This record gives sequence, structure tokens and C-alpha cells, in this order.
Amino acid sequence: MAEPLLEMSGIEKHFPGVQALVDCHFDLFPGEVHALVGENGAGKSTLMKILDGVYERDSGVIKLKGSEVDIPNTATAQRLGISMIHQELNLMPHLTVAQNIFIGREPQGRLPFVLDERALNENAAALFEKLRLHLDPRKRVSALTVAQQQMVEIAKALSFNASVLIMDEPTAALTDKEIDELFRITRQLRGEGVGIVHISHRLQELKQISDRVTVMRDGHVINTVATADATVEQIISMMVGRTIFEAAPEVPEVTNPEVVLEVRNLNRGRAIRDVSFSVHRGEIVGIAGLVGAGRTEVARAVFGADPIDSGEILIHGKKVKISGPIDAVHHGIGYLSEDRKRYGLALGLNVETNVVMASLQRFVGRLGIVRSGLTRVAAERQVQNLAIKTPSLSQRVRNLSGGTQQKVVVAKWLTADTEILFFDEPTRGIDVGAKSEIYQLLNALAHEGKAIVMISSDLPEILRMSHRIIVMCEGRVTGELTAAEANQEKIMTFATQREAAA
Amino acid sequence: MSNAPGLPLPAGRSGALIRADFFQRFLAFGALIVLILFFQVWCVAIGTNFLTFENLVNILVATAVVGVLALGETFVIITGGIDLSVGTVLTISMVMTAVCITSQHLPVPVGILVGFLTGGLMGLINGVLVAHLKLAPFIATLGILNVARGLSLVLTQTRPIYFAGDNGFQSGVMGNLFGVKLSGEFGIPIIAILMFAAALFAAFLLGKTVLGRYTFALGSNEEAARLSGVNVAKWKMLVYVVCGLFAGLAGVLSAARLGSAQPATGFGLELSAISAVVIGGTSLSGGEGTILGTVIGAFIVYVLTYGLQFVNVPQEWQIVVTGIVVIGAVYIDNLRRRQRA
Repeated sequence: MAEPLLEMSGIEKHFPGVQALVDCHFDLFPGEVHALVGENGAGKSTLMKILDGVYERDSGVIKLKGSEVDIPNTATAQRLGISMIHQELNLMPHLTVAQNIFIGREPQGRLPFVLDERALNENAAALFEKLRLHLDPRKRVSALTVAQQQMVEIAKALSFNASVLIMDEPTAALTDKEIDELFRITRQLRGEGVGIVHISHRLQELKQISDRVTVMRDGHVINTVATADATVEQIISMMVGRTIFEAAPEVPEVTNPEVVLEVRNLNRGRAIRDVSFSVHRGEIVGIAGLVGAGRTEVARAVFGADPIDSGEILIHGKKVKISGPIDAVHHGIGYLSEDRKRYGLALGLNVETNVVMASLQRFVGRLGIVRSGLTRVAAERQVQNLAIKTPSLSQRVRNLSGGTQQKVVVAKWLTADTEILFFDEPTRGIDVGAKSEIYQLLNALAHEGKAIVMISSDLPEILRMSHRIIVMCEGRVTGELTAAEANQEKIMTFATQREAAA
Repeated sequence: MSNAPGLPLPAGRSGALIRADFFQRFLAFGALIVLILFFQVWCVAIGTNFLTFENLVNILVATAVVGVLALGETFVIITGGIDLSVGTVLTISMVMTAVCITSQHLPVPVGILVGFLTGGLMGLINGVLVAHLKLAPFIATLGILNVARGLSLVLTQTRPIYFAGDNGFQSGVMGNLFGVKLSGEFGIPIIAILMFAAALFAAFLLGKTVLGRYTFALGSNEEAARLSGVNVAKWKMLVYVVCGLFAGLAGVLSAARLGSAQPATGFGLELSAISAVVIGGTSLSGGEGTILGTVIGAFIVYVLTYGLQFVNVPQEWQIVVTGIVVIGAVYIDNLRRRQRA
């Protein structure tokens, strides 16, 4: 590796109110996978978006193959052979695969502006052949799986003859098998001399795929090391700026065995089959299982978000009828969706409005006017109580970090006086430092006597947090373990215990 | 789903897409047929006949102006936008044509060209407001609606401009094809032929050209298009120009049809045009739509209007029914979308 393909030095970027990047250096060699890690808001995406022409740098130098370049927009980046696959997939669902790949540079026939659809599809097919991908160029993108859409993005990026390929959290939405396929293509491209930047939260996978790792924190590049020379723990401590010990499971004894929520023989189609479980006061019950095991479906059914075919729900021993989320909230049940941006928050509204969203009725005075003095006090109390890091109550939730957003959702349900809380993947998309805060929060809530159900695909998280673990597979409860007897192997055994062929 | 690389692609492998499209066309077309049969049954019941050549010609003529207006509107709606100004842009184009031909004594083709380009100019203004100044399409085009409406009144001094005598313009547009009378005075109206020609051109523009591709791309995911290096502002502006040009053409046709420029005509036609587009299956949230659907949608609107007139339903009730039909169309569209998801 003689000459770097790419060199960024002294990069600075300022957004209103934030110094996003400070004197950042980054380089990339041909035929290298360079991982870029850091907590949310560390500046990884910003740095790469400068390279891709989405943002313009305030100062600093970018050198590509030894010569200085200026990248004012995406089109320039593409011309220079720099392509970025953004975290949110950027495809046009109504167009076909081939139409998406060649958007902006459609092959044209003899007449200007007239499309040559045949050439378009042939070019796409040729591209897939090169990548050994099986995709139909004529298929509509809306009909593809997330993984297939990602492959379309990669094919599109490479169709620019990219020598620099930036992937922002490419594995976030993929299954293990799909990740293997992604890595196969990544390695193939590396073999062809492409320089690849791999942004990720999943530190384990960096070991599998990357040659070097650069760690960023608070807009600074902290260090660049060869992946082989660093342990995951070292990388984490560089990311958070302190050493984090994998804390021993904090599982305080449940002293009050009162059953708060009991679910009996819940059924809904093939998604939920004869599910029964109970949750005690002050207890955290973990629901483990593979994706598609029916865990979210159970939470949604208890919360009344989906109709059930049969089954009983008892709260404090009394049978209740929950035919919609309104009933659930009335009975003190809160549901924190795994997709909090879509189902948990009104991103464009401020902290205060979000906090009182589920309990607004209580703050309404005569004539239906919202009593803003009371909502402010209530929101203020939650912000202090949960240590929500926000400059003010009028800050838009969109501008907060993932962990802080999660706390706002919790605050919303606490304000609504819920005593049963369903957490669906509470730490998904939340960076390492903020995770432990969420864990502390869950423990504190249990300590206060809330009954908590936590759905998680992260086994260490389930083991660390739960007093009791329910394991699901194919819509059924296949096992129940106490904290003392549970370990990863036992959980996985239950989670893969498929129904015997009938 | 998968396709062996390198082999020739099997035609129409994207079966789901074609079926959905087919269903969409069939739905609107089926509704049109049902509507015509409905009026036929009603007419027979009151002792008359709906399915006559005269009625067909009348409906064709009645549909032509709004049909052309709706063609341009289709492009804008597919991008996820809306153009509320098309009705009064039609008016000002009509007025400009009339002013050129009458008070300015310019040759008829020049008048037609000026009317057409006036529409394009108004579209350009809409486009600059929406694409470059980033105003919400609803507000920007609402503003232009009133600008065009007011200017039309100023230019005509609030009085209609009549064409003096026959200058070949009216008879050229409103006459029968090749002058052939097929039934009484009725032949195939040239104005309808012009509408179909405009529709063919619009379908070509939408389906086969770069402009059409970007029209869909903008409506499907504008940010993705931008990040792919598409000059979003430029193409969005052009879409509004195209819409304006079709409105200009509709204005010219309208002038010929009325034999005059009526400064109060046009206002309100934007709603008929938008109805036609939506009934034709174009999604108001952008990303999908067809020209064929819009043409069928325009016919549905006018078969309904004409039919209700023909069976002597009072005009005020005709308006109510048209409103209900639009709501029904959007609801059906909603159901279909939910099914597909």
C-alpha cells in the first residue's frame, strides 16, 4: 500500500450551534475496508457526507489519488468515483431496479431525452452479473426485501465505477445470512481494489470485515488502528472516552410478588399461539426469541394495537377488555415501540408536547383549552427525573440523540401514569454510552414498582436485565427461565425449538 | 424473481406491476362503462336514448378542454405537487390569443402560439416559485391562480372579447374531421382529435423520456433523486412548465370552442382537472399515475356532468354528485394502496 487513494486532513464543519467536526484526518487505501466507528453524533456520517458532497466543508483539504479536489455536490462526488450508501436507503420505490440504478444518467436513444429502456435493463443485468447478484432489473423496488434494496444501492454505487465506496450502517437492518452476502460482496470489491469505508455500530462485525478502524468522538478523530491490533473493549473505551466494564447483571430481588399483569391463552392467527405469561410488580420480564418469533405481536396485542382472536388479559387479577390502545392506556399499559421515530414520537414537535402526548386529557381545563402551565411543570419534572439531556422543553425531539429520544418516550408513559411498560428493543440504534443509561432507567423503574416487559434480540442485554425470561418461537412460548438458570445456550435452544412436524 | 445474469430478459417478468397497472386501468375504464350504461338505463326508463352519436360527440367536445388541462396536471401530481392555477392560466392564455387576433390584428397562428406560450410562461413562474424558491405548491399556485385571474380581467377590461366573423380559427378547431358529417350536422370533432393527439404526446413524454422518468422519481423519493445527482430543481421546474403549456393549449382550444375569450371562464376548471387525474388513478402522494387513466378520468367527469344534464337533474345537484364521485375515487385508491401494502 504505497499511496493512499484518499486523504482528508484538517476537515472542519460547523452547523448552527454545533461544531460538528474539528480538525479531522482520515485516509483510505485502495483494496482496504476501513471501519469508522463512534457514538451517535460523533460526526461519522457528517465526515463522510462531506466526502460525498452532501455537505461542504468549512476548511480542510481533500486529496484524491494525490491531487486536491473540491466536492461541492453529489454529482461531483460521483464523477470523482466516490459513492455513498446512506443509512436510510435512498431508492425510489415506484421505479424498477434498473431505473433506480441509472437514475440521473439514463441511456438515451437516437433522439435526445428519449429513454432506451432496453439498454437500461441490459446494463443493469450486466452489472449484477459482475457482482454475482440475482436481481431482476425490471422488478419494482417496492417489491424487494430490505436486503435486496441494499444490494440495489451497492450495485448503483458501483455503476459509477466508484473507487471509494462509503457504507453508512449497511448491516443495521439485515439478517445474519444477508450480512454474509453483503460481506462477500464487500470482500470481492476489496479484491478489485475498491477502497471501502464501513460505518457501523456493531463492533463485533468490524473484526470480521475491516482492515483498519478509525474511532470518532464529539467531532474529533480519536485514533486509527489496525483492526487486528485492537480489542473490542479498547475500541469501546476510545469511543466513549472512558473504560466501560460490562457490569455484572443487576438483578435485585423481587420482594413484592403481586401479579400486576396476567395474560392467558392469547391467540391471533398464526402469529400468536396460546401465549400465557404474567408480570409482577417491580419485575423485568425479558421476552427473547428470534426475529419473527411473535414477540412484538404479543406486545401489540396486549396493548390493543392489533385485534386478538381469543385470550384473556387480567390486571391486578381483574379481567379487562382491551379493544384498542385507548383502553390499554386507561388500564395503565404503555408500549414503547422498537421504531420510536415512527410510532413513539412526534419528531417535529418539542419535548414538552411529546411528554404530555399520552395524557393530554388530564391537562385540559374548561372549554377544552390545554393548561400549558401544568404541562410545563409535568414535562419539567420528567426531564429532571429521567435526566433527559435537552437544552429546553421547546427543543424539537428530532434534534435529540437516540438515547435521549428513548427517554422522552419513557417520560411520555410515566406522565400517563402507566404501571405496566412494554419496551420493544429499547436500545436499538442507541450508542454504547447511552445504552447503560437506558439500563439504569429500566432498573430504576422496576425499583419504583413498575411491571416491565422487555423485548430484545440482544441476548447479553436480556440476560443482564431480566428477572425472568420468556422465550418464544413461531408464535408460541417455548420456555421460561429465571435469571439464575438462564444462559445464552439455553435461550437459543428454546428459541429454535420448532413445532414437531404434525 | 431471480434472473440468470447475461441471459436475455424474459419479457414482462415483473408480473405484479403489470397486474396492478391493469387493475388500475380496468377499474377506471369499468367505472366509465358502468356509468354510461347507468345513464342509458335511466334514459330508456324516461323514454329517451343516451347512446346516440350526438351525445357521444357532445361528450367528446365537452371533455376536450378539461381533458387537455388534466394531462399537464397529471405530471405535477405525479411529482407529489399540485397546480391550482391551471384553470385561470387557461383563461389568460385564452385572453392573450383573443387579444392578438382581434385588437392586435395578428395572424391566427401567431395568436395560437402566444396563447400557448402564455401558459408556458405562467408554468415557468409556478416552477420557479416551487422548485427554486421552495414555496409549497399549494400556496404558490394558489397565488398564481389569482394573478392570472386578475390579469385576465385587466387585459379584457372585464368584458368578453369576441372574434369578429370566421377567421378559420373556430371552424378549424370546432369543425368535423375532413369536414365529413356522419349524422346530421355531427362528424368526428377536430377538438377531440386534438385532445387525443395531446394525450398521446403526454403519454410519450411521461413514459418514454427523461422528463417522465424524473417526474416519477421526484414523486417517489425526491431526496433519493437529489442524492443520485438529478438536478431536482431544474426538472421540477420543467414539470410545471409542461403543465402550463398544456393549460395554454387548453386555453387556445377553449377560445375556439367559445368563439371568444371569456375572462370569467376557467376559474374552477382546475378542480375538474384534478378530479379527472385522481379518478384516473394517479396518486396524490406522488410516484404513480398514467395518462390513459387521466383521459378516462376526464371522460368519467364529463359523462357524469353531461348525463345528469341530459336526464334533467338540476345543475346544483350535478355539482354535489361530482364532489361525491371524487371522494369515492380517492377512497377506492386508498383501499387499493392498503391492499398492496
